[in-house]
Amino acid sequence: MNVSGNRILPLETGAAWLLALLWLSPLLYAFWAAFHPAELATHFRLLAPLTLQNFAKAWTYAPFPRHLLNTVILVTMILAAQFVLCTLAGYAFARFEFAGRDIAFGLVLVQLMVMPEVLIVENYRIMAHLGLVDTIIGIGLPYMASAFGIFLLRQTFKTVPRELEDAARVEGCGFLGVLWRVYVPLARPTYLAYGLVSVSYHWNNFLWPLIVTNSVTTRPLTVGLAIFGAPESGVDWAVISAGTIMAISPLLVAFLLFQRQFMQSFMRAGIK
Amino acid sequence: MKHVYGWLLLTPAAILLVGFTHYPAAATLIDSFFSTATAVRPSRFVGFGNYASLAADPVFWKVLGNNFRFALGTIPTSIALAMVMALWVNRRLPARGLVRMAYFTPTVLPMIAVANLWLYFYTPQIGLLDKIGALFGAPSHNWLGDPDTVLACTMVMVVWKEAGFFMIFYLAALQTLPPELQEAASIEGASRWYFFRRVTFPLLMPTTLFVLVNATINSFKLVDHLFIMTKGGPDNASSLLLYYIYQVAFSFFDTAYASTLTVVLLLLLAGLALAQFLLIERRVHYR
Repeated sequence: MNVSGNRILPLETGAAWLLALLWLSPLLYAFWAAFHPAELATHFRLLAPLTLQNFAKAWTYAPFPRHLLNTVILVTMILAAQFVLCTLAGYAFARFEFAGRDIAFGLVLVQLMVMPEVLIVENYRIMAHLGLVDTIIGIGLPYMASAFGIFLLRQTFKTVPRELEDAARVEGCGFLGVLWRVYVPLARPTYLAYGLVSVSYHWNNFLWPLIVTNSVTTRPLTVGLAIFGAPESGVDWAVISAGTIMAISPLLVAFLLFQRQFMQSFMRAGIK
Repeated sequence: MKHVYGWLLLTPAAILLVGFTHYPAAATLIDSFFSTATAVRPSRFVGFGNYASLAADPVFWKVLGNNFRFALGTIPTSIALAMVMALWVNRRLPARGLVRMAYFTPTVLPMIAVANLWLYFYTPQIGLLDKIGALFGAPSHNWLGDPDTVLACTMVMVVWKEAGFFMIFYLAALQTLPPELQEAASIEGASRWYFFRRVTFPLLMPTTLFVLVNATINSFKLVDHLFIMTKGGPDNASSLLLYYIYQVAFSFFDTAYASTLTVVLLLLLAGLALAQFLLIERRVHYR
């Protein structure tokens, strides 16, 4: 088999490699600029001296450690809340017959289209009423009940054989015990997939955090980076590259280490 | 008892969903019929007044047009590229893992970081684009300062960011295609192009529809780069609907008008949801 289908012409191999190089080049270019003195950022010389100066400057120009801490807190908080809330709701939709279930499920799915960042005007007003403007909870709260997570977990829970649940019940598990001992362990791949997608999304999310925060103590990396990298800040490009690389490297390193899991997660999550 | 348990489990998520999705959506609609409250004049009912100003607002029509051009410019290109990438990576390509990683990497980068990098490419004279142009004797050009090129510049960047993301859906679909099809085709002596056109492409159609709808939804939410690169300018040439909503609400403080604009965005998304339901859900509901 695969006599003609999987064979690849040398010309195509070249084209695929060329495209790959093209695709990586913006990032490679940023690395080049970040590790070389500013005046050499736009002149390619193979033996140009390397420097960490740009990183040192970026580090002092913007409170990166604080932004990083905020992002880590934000992402962890959202993920933990999403796991709990979406597990409970997904279990309800998958295994309980209750009045209004189908309508409720339809209403949940609305959030797949109308994400919180579409409703910035009203959501900001709500946060102001709740006194949560410029808090990390304020950034995370609208995302915690995720329709996407509920949907994914419902689909996964539905595939769990009823016999397993019955067996657990015979052993004396209540309905929460069944959830914890049967459903959650069996859905582990879904949690991993959803977790990676959620972490990537919120690590990179910008518009809503920008709106709801206004101080260093709450701003996540993306917002800090935007202020730092804006053209009017007057910082030179080598330093901006260094800052950008610092901001993206945790997720980028995680991706490079766990490529397969990342791609499979995005795939699983997208295909549903 | 099942009713009670069901609702109990659902309640925590339901409160947050209603609080940050359904209630604000309804409040947006109501607000669009009132004027913005100011220090001297409280908010009052204006009927379709905001919608009349919307219809007469040239900036609104401009950003809406930009949004459609943005969608038309980025989506077919990214989908075509994604398909090519997936076909390549699905074959026995030397260094396949590395190539796949290269294609996918932009997906995990935040749009803000991407904009930071690309902003520099487009800078007149010192930017990469002008440097390459200079090699061929092209004059320097202010890519992001020219209303004729700015939207296209952001589109190229978005295609770069999104193509690898769509690729993985095609890759997943390609891996489910039975190899017997390929064997049969080679026995019949079908050419690669013929096989792609008559077998692979039609079989990928459900994936294409799925990607198409999701890419369209995405195109209405992708505005982060504008904060870095152009601020919507020059003369709103690169602005998009959601960015305009942000400006109206948080720079001009006209929340009633921002709500009216949001209603338009919600209607567009509802239309897409309907399209998705009619085109795709039938296929997905096999579970």
